[in-house]
Amino acid sequence: MSDEHKDSVTKPLPEVSRRGFIKGVGTGVAATATLMTGVPESGAEAAVQTQVMPATGKRLKGVVRVKLSVNSEDRSADVEPRTTLLNTLRDHLDLTGAKKICDRGSCGGCTVMVDGRNVYSCMMLAVDAQGKKITTVEGLGTPERMHPVQAAFVEHDALMCGFCTPGFVVTCATLLQHNPNPTFDEVKRACAGNLCRCGTYPRVFEAALAAAKSMKGGA
Amino acid sequence: MPGWKRPEDNKLLGKRHTRLDGPIKVTGKAKYAYDINLPGLLYGRIFRSQIAHGRIKSIDASGAEKMPGVKAVIVNAKVGDVMRYQGQEIGGLAAVSSDVAEDAIRAIKITYEALPHVVHEVEAARPGSPKALETDPNVQQMEKTGKGDLDAGFKQAAATAEGVYSCAVRAHACLETHGVTCNWDDDKHLTCWASTQHVGGVHGDLVNHFKLPKENILVVTDVMGGGFGSKFGMGYEGRMCAELARKAMKPVKLLLTREEEHLGVGNAPSAIGKVKIGATADGTICAFEAHVYRSGGVGQENGPMPYIYKVPVFSVVQEAVKMNTGPSRAWRAPNHPQSSWIMEAAVEDLAVKLGMDPLEFRLKNDPNPIRRQEWKEGAKLIGWERRNAKPGVGTLAGTGRYKRGIGCGAATWGGGGVPGAECRVTVKPDAAVSATCGVQDLGTGSRTLVGLIVAEELGLPRKAVTVSIGHSDMPPGIFSGGSVTSPSIAPPVKRAAEAAKAAIVEVVATKWGIQPDDVDMADGKAFQKSDVNRSLSFTEACALLPAAGISVLGKWDAKLQQNSGVAGCQFAEVEVDTLTGRVQPIKVVSIQDGGVILNKLTYESQLNGGIIQGIGMALYEDRHMCQVTGRMVNANLEDYKLPGAMEMPEFVPVAFEYPEATGVAGSAEPAVIPTAAAIRNAVLNATGAYLYEAPMTPWRVLTALKSAKGGTQV
Repeated sequence: MSDEHKDSVTKPLPEVSRRGFIKGVGTGVAATATLMTGVPESGAEAAVQTQVMPATGKRLKGVVRVKLSVNSEDRSADVEPRTTLLNTLRDHLDLTGAKKICDRGSCGGCTVMVDGRNVYSCMMLAVDAQGKKITTVEGLGTPERMHPVQAAFVEHDALMCGFCTPGFVVTCATLLQHNPNPTFDEVKRACAGNLCRCGTYPRVFEAALAAAKSMKGGA
Repeated sequence: MPGWKRPEDNKLLGKRHTRLDGPIKVTGKAKYAYDINLPGLLYGRIFRSQIAHGRIKSIDASGAEKMPGVKAVIVNAKVGDVMRYQGQEIGGLAAVSSDVAEDAIRAIKITYEALPHVVHEVEAARPGSPKALETDPNVQQMEKTGKGDLDAGFKQAAATAEGVYSCAVRAHACLETHGVTCNWDDDKHLTCWASTQHVGGVHGDLVNHFKLPKENILVVTDVMGGGFGSKFGMGYEGRMCAELARKAMKPVKLLLTREEEHLGVGNAPSAIGKVKIGATADGTICAFEAHVYRSGGVGQENGPMPYIYKVPVFSVVQEAVKMNTGPSRAWRAPNHPQSSWIMEAAVEDLAVKLGMDPLEFRLKNDPNPIRRQEWKEGAKLIGWERRNAKPGVGTLAGTGRYKRGIGCGAATWGGGGVPGAECRVTVKPDAAVSATCGVQDLGTGSRTLVGLIVAEELGLPRKAVTVSIGHSDMPPGIFSGGSVTSPSIAPPVKRAAEAAKAAIVEVVATKWGIQPDDVDMADGKAFQKSDVNRSLSFTEACALLPAAGISVLGKWDAKLQQNSGVAGCQFAEVEVDTLTGRVQPIKVVSIQDGGVILNKLTYESQLNGGIIQGIGMALYEDRHMCQVTGRMVNANLEDYKLPGAMEMPEFVPVAFEYPEATGVAGSAEPAVIPTAAAIRNAVLNATGAYLYEAPMTPWRVLTALKSAKGGTQV
């Protein structure tokens, strides 16, 4: 092996932090948002501002209090500005239905509904989720009163280990909200952003179609 | 002691039942190890070797130790230690959030003296290549077997087929990564929520490591997010989490990142098989020769060869290839899918050479009587008669850009259980029935099986039984590996339920002043067999029990399991886009026996899952190593490609039941074995293109098409 190569592996590798990247993007988005909480960098350390402040475009620092509307409840959490919506839900609000699987927007395990759309909650910062209506899998139904999609998942055995299941449930529930009469191919396409390892796909498709049917029947 | 009833005599067993834990899983209420939140919880991380091979020159963790929010740092590796693969563990830390833990990992400075590495099988086997391990040669013989005179055998052959068939290293890619959440009540009492396939294994490892009494450590696995053979013991991550938690005296959650999951906790070894196989003019295999290399990175595993078919004369050499990549671990049917890929491809190519129907050829050489029935049944379900009579030529293939074909392959597995598991059934005077067993449910549905068996025996609806599983302080379960779970737990559960039933029957018989054998239970009642009008509801019968109720323990009984072998086969129809090289599975039939089948719904789900993982092996999954840096290129879920929704074919999962079945057999492993080979053979049937390497990526398909006679030129 050449010395040049040896160097290339012994030198610390340049690291681009995804969090840093999102943080930059997130701040940019926040700058144009109408609602935002937090302290500008100049606001020194971890002062927590409970007043909703207009966007300043300045970089957030320390700990900020985010106010989130989750499952029709007002919740708040003190997080770092870089904290994802996923980590906020899981680590601060004990809503662990959304799963951390890839943590970079490739598996769909953390899918939640944000203003009626599917969002990978690992790819959205909590500060950017403020002012939006967030629905997690826990908000769709409970074991005693399941959402039709959840009931159909159980009925059709559309789950095995169950770790990807909440993501698929939210994906399918969102699909049916926008398209109450999906074709088989539309269901497949809707699920294309979610990964399962045990192999539940065929029964997820069945369950989504059955739920569509039962929702029409029940409406 | 009675055996299993015949399927038609069962009220519950063998029918389709949804999962007991379905509602908590679909609503997000199920708490996996990753979901345990405790006051003051810290987030653990492991820091690992960033290079494939090298000696540690220095470790400086002070940057992490000084960082606000970092509560514990433990360094295990020492200066001078040799790291043998990227991802080998060096130490761990715990911090107040996963983001701070990530910052802390970046603040740890480790320097290495790089040693030459080798991360590719072919490179590693080449003479003069760098040694992956200082102590061993890269290539080590694991097996040399043979039977008969090979030359004489091949002399009888009317046709022979030869090829080098290979398949890639695959990742388990468990969606819940490996790891645990640990909480010490004091420095002698630990609770560990583990994502594991063996609660008892994790418990034993922790007890040994911390040298504490067994009862001081509780391991909990209420649910777990996939293992596929890679999650048996506490692992480095479990031990590190417990140590960090003790050091910080705070609860710590340590679940691996996705990258770590790819690097450090197992993979399915690759296999490269140089094969020659011959058959006589009537289609009987007469000789077989194979030289197989299997690479488990710094680990090693061997597999069966020859596989499935009767081979009167053979010579087999199997060698392990070492390289600087993470060690392999058992992966659902360890090494069988690889052997199937090599053997079924060679068998198919030989049948084509002989000009014989590949199914007829298989029937001639397959000694298993049950599989011989399954082949015929499966052929009907896929419509075998539609296949192209010659590879690439036929109505199904057509003459256009998209060509279709059909192929098949076979599976085998032991299927039996192992002793050790126990189950406690309790019945209270208020008719509350519970079944408790320390087994874990990997997603195969073992929790549901426990409840079903008890409800069947007691003549109750299935939801009348409260099932508790997955804790180390329960009667012992069994490891979930090698498809042993169902055949290992069903016997003790049944025996416990029978004992509970006998106890209830006894008190009812005493009350009625009749013999216990004149009392039976069904449909929520206890009744007199000789006078069916005389009955008590289950609740009334339980009210006769002593105030404490009854509590009985069931133990293993080999008679209730079946280890005579599971047989299966699969048929795949595929469509090949000859312009792009993309292969789309259209329909897969999986037909497999499983002895006495307890829950057909979850049984079929296992067959579906096997097909899907087999599709991954056939078409997508491949660990890419960079030869220059020795690092894995695709340690994530976007470049390590798992089969997704758009790749799904039509599924035909069939539980093959036969009257001679007497015991429960495991079914998960065989379900994954032959899919890849069946798809490969279907691609051949569709196009006339011979594929030798899995995954069959578009590039490989286009290359094979180019060299195939009559294939589309690209």
